[in-house]
Amino acid sequence: MAAPVECSRWFPALALGVSLLKCLFINAYHSTDFEVHRNWLAITHSLPVSRWYYENTSEWTLDYPPLFAWFEYGLSQAAVHFDRDMLVVGNLNHASPATVLFQRLSVIFADLVFIYAVKECCGTVREEKGAKELLRRPCFVLAVLLLWNFGLLIVDHIHFQYNGFLFGFLLLSVARHLQSRHLEGALLFSIVLNLKHINLYVAPAYGIYLLRCFCFTQDNTDGSLRWRSFSPFRLLSLGAIVLSVTAASFGPFIAMGQLPQVLSRLFPFKRGLCHAYWAPNIWALYNVLDKALSMLGVRLGVLDVDSLPKASMTGGLVQEFQHAVLPSVSPSMALLCTLLSMLPALWRVWLRPCGGRGFLRCLVLCALGSFMFSWHVHEKAILMAVLPLSVLAVESREDAGIFLVLATTGHYSLFPLLFTPAEFPIKVLLMLLFTLYSFTALRKLFSSEGSLLHPLEALYLLGLVAVEILCEVVFPLSPWQRTLPFIPLLVTSVYCALGVSYSFVRLYISHLTQEVTEKPKRL
Amino acid sequence: METCTLVSMSILLSVLVRWGVSLNSYSGAGKPPMFGDYEAQRHWQEVTYNLPIQEWYFNTTENDLNYWGLDYPPLTAFHSLLCAHVAKLINPEWVELLGSRGYESPAHKLFMRATVLAADLLVYIPAVVLYCCYLTNGSTNKKVGTLLCILLYPGLILIDYGHFQYNGLSLGLALWGVLGLGLGWDTLGSLAFSLALNYKQMELYHALPFFCYLLGKCARQGLTGRGLFSLVKIAVTVLVTFALCWLPFLSDPEQALQVLRRIFPVARGLFEDKVANAWCSLNVMIKIRSILSSDSQFYLSFVVTLLAIAPSSLKLLKTPTFWQFKLALVNSSLAFFLFSYQVHEKSILLPALPVCLLLNDLPLVAILFLQVSTFSMLPLLLKDSLLMPYAVTSLAFLVFSTHLLSALERCTEAQLRLDGYRKLTAWLPACLPRLDLARIIRWKFYISVVMMVCLSVASVVLLPPVGLPDLFPVLVSAFSFLHFLGTFVYFNIVQLSMPQGKQKTK
Repeated sequence: MAAPVECSRWFPALALGVSLLKCLFINAYHSTDFEVHRNWLAITHSLPVSRWYYENTSEWTLDYPPLFAWFEYGLSQAAVHFDRDMLVVGNLNHASPATVLFQRLSVIFADLVFIYAVKECCGTVREEKGAKELLRRPCFVLAVLLLWNFGLLIVDHIHFQYNGFLFGFLLLSVARHLQSRHLEGALLFSIVLNLKHINLYVAPAYGIYLLRCFCFTQDNTDGSLRWRSFSPFRLLSLGAIVLSVTAASFGPFIAMGQLPQVLSRLFPFKRGLCHAYWAPNIWALYNVLDKALSMLGVRLGVLDVDSLPKASMTGGLVQEFQHAVLPSVSPSMALLCTLLSMLPALWRVWLRPCGGRGFLRCLVLCALGSFMFSWHVHEKAILMAVLPLSVLAVESREDAGIFLVLATTGHYSLFPLLFTPAEFPIKVLLMLLFTLYSFTALRKLFSSEGSLLHPLEALYLLGLVAVEILCEVVFPLSPWQRTLPFIPLLVTSVYCALGVSYSFVRLYISHLTQEVTEKPKRL
Repeated sequence: METCTLVSMSILLSVLVRWGVSLNSYSGAGKPPMFGDYEAQRHWQEVTYNLPIQEWYFNTTENDLNYWGLDYPPLTAFHSLLCAHVAKLINPEWVELLGSRGYESPAHKLFMRATVLAADLLVYIPAVVLYCCYLTNGSTNKKVGTLLCILLYPGLILIDYGHFQYNGLSLGLALWGVLGLGLGWDTLGSLAFSLALNYKQMELYHALPFFCYLLGKCARQGLTGRGLFSLVKIAVTVLVTFALCWLPFLSDPEQALQVLRRIFPVARGLFEDKVANAWCSLNVMIKIRSILSSDSQFYLSFVVTLLAIAPSSLKLLKTPTFWQFKLALVNSSLAFFLFSYQVHEKSILLPALPVCLLLNDLPLVAILFLQVSTFSMLPLLLKDSLLMPYAVTSLAFLVFSTHLLSALERCTEAQLRLDGYRKLTAWLPACLPRLDLARIIRWKFYISVVMMVCLSVASVVLLPPVGLPDLFPVLVSAFSFLHFLGTFVYFNIVQLSMPQGKQKTK
């Protein structure tokens, strides 16, 4: 636990290095999310609060919770000094050099939260005694895995989003829980929940864990719950924290009677089951199975071609995917599946919490479960599982193996986000850099405990190289490029879906069968 | 961690940085009618692809030499031809004769950047890796640290991937030459260096140390026996390489002469723009160009350059060790940069290469020099709107090189190779103050870094006073000149004072 003292030499260098690298990507390609955030800057800067969630000049309406809108409002105060034109709502697709510079720098500076959170996380890593070579110390490895995370770099600093800032709050709250500073952790989590509602995915883990380990102050000797140790005061203080943050965020809109409008913006169920680029989850497999069955049916004469729905899988052009053979999935079905997938993990935490690490594993499982089964999942949501799992990966061999499979497939599934030729070398180089590092560093870390990956797993991961070459080198040269342009996306997401599902199952098994190592809590 | 992984990660990172810089603008982007070096390189592809080889260096109706006429040796022309063939395959418009002038498009930029990267991957980067693995001392981590620092040297990255040139190729070939000599393969080394000379005539800055080292070595083996044999072998290699490169131009003496006239444009004057060399700095006080005739300017610079390189070359001739050779490379190329005729600001990359090779031995001085060399090109980089990559790569280099090479810790007088000074002061009368050179050099480092930051910020933010529009470029070049001169003196002292017994063989 003495890490923070020794971190002082190398940690700033790592953080500075990656921040400078981010600055190099300022002139790189940026997606429509850039315009989304510019539009939000304009809305929050030039319109009264009551208009924020009604404004619809741009198609990219404000669909994050109010606290994030306030964050954009804060940014817009600085944006004035760069380029006033970006703050005009009607200036659609305004991207002057000053605007680009400001927006990129805002992401880089917002990442300071993330850097601080990583430093705190590194401080919680359990280290064996004895000075080892720096490159073989778990806290150093963790710092690199988080700060130089491939996904964050390309999604935030090329594609353009503020995930680093948001995950910073999430990781910081995780670190606070690992440090047993639960009230701070709860505060931070309610903040991040009000910044981006996607964090609802992991809310069950927080709820159960805090109730079990914070509101009940004692365990029985066998580690099971002692019902009589319930502390109403702690529950109340937790409730007060969560409610006050939510009130600060949503309060004004409730007072103005705009809550239904805000909620309809936050939860747009009109969108389809799968996002434009299919996230590698169960539904990607489900869709492909449906397609395969329908083709098989037509081939065998069981199905009539004309009776099939016309929607073709043109990689996102069609929002609603109609299934031909298998039953169509409704949002409520997806929600039910998500909740069901989380239940066993939560139940296990309720029975035997296994301390902060048990909670963290449950959090990763909730994030992965919702990634696998939720409605309209973005492929970027995989980062919500990959980042917290990094913390576990440097501490146990089992988790390290799962991390390697999940991170590699998850990161690879982000490749379609960057499709411009100029950014192609960047994504490949960064991916190689990160993967090479994570493999070597983790293998070194657990060199005494045998290999991390089963040969089959290694073979599967090597298959990603083949998939990449097929999709981005061979396929564009082939005649199918014109007739079946969606094939690369399809292959990528299906292949990655296998790896993600596998990691999900393996992590679940390890969570449910884990030995109780920590001593029961005694106060 | 395995050396192999660390080396591959350094390479990946440096390629990543190179590509990141290449996303930015290039020289003369969208600035008709002349554009910049990017257009020059593209134009050479057009010329070499479409015209017969005899017309490349001649002014004809289809080859207007006033519009970026070819003025590099034949190997550059062949390289352009090769690139042109690839370009033709991708998009014939890129090399269409006359019709493609000033052609600019994102796809074409991507192609041009890719050719630079390809050249780097094939020539420069492997040479650096081999040099660090086989010719530097210290632990594995130290070697990898040196490797990363050399690969991340901002000057070369910014000029090649920002401004747009192929310096990685000529410097890489020269480095292969150094590598050959260091590993004892003198013939291969001289072959590589001859290729470098045939790629860019500026490699002449490095030529004298190569010559002296090889001659000295042969002389040591005995000029009547084995030495003569190796000397003949090297001479034949060089001559054959040159002959092969110049083969198409040898049929007609007029051809060869025209190529030479294009390569050495004596009529262009003592210096152009703002260069951090002696003449341009002197020009601030004395207007040399108006006092002296063009001929006497040429002779003056020739004599001064000769005087400046003489000591280090003679010393090398006497003691041809690899350590002396590296120092002589710095001294010779710096002397050329400071005093020779028609120097460009980008030519500072030539001294920068051998200084990179000394990063591991003399970290503090080398880092400061490399930093100043990048800084000396600031006006050029600002013109190409490369401010952000300049700031990012310079800062990264400063922080990481001092960190990785522990430069500030490794600067006692012995480590700075200034023990000669101690002995000197022992003779001096006691009343004279004895300076703590290590501390002075450390403080000089801090002060220089602060001044560079201030001058960079000032050139970007402040408007120059009305009467002095060139104030900041002049300040930048004067500041850099003083540093280069100081480094020149320092490296000469280190080379000349090296005691006979303490030479390093590697």
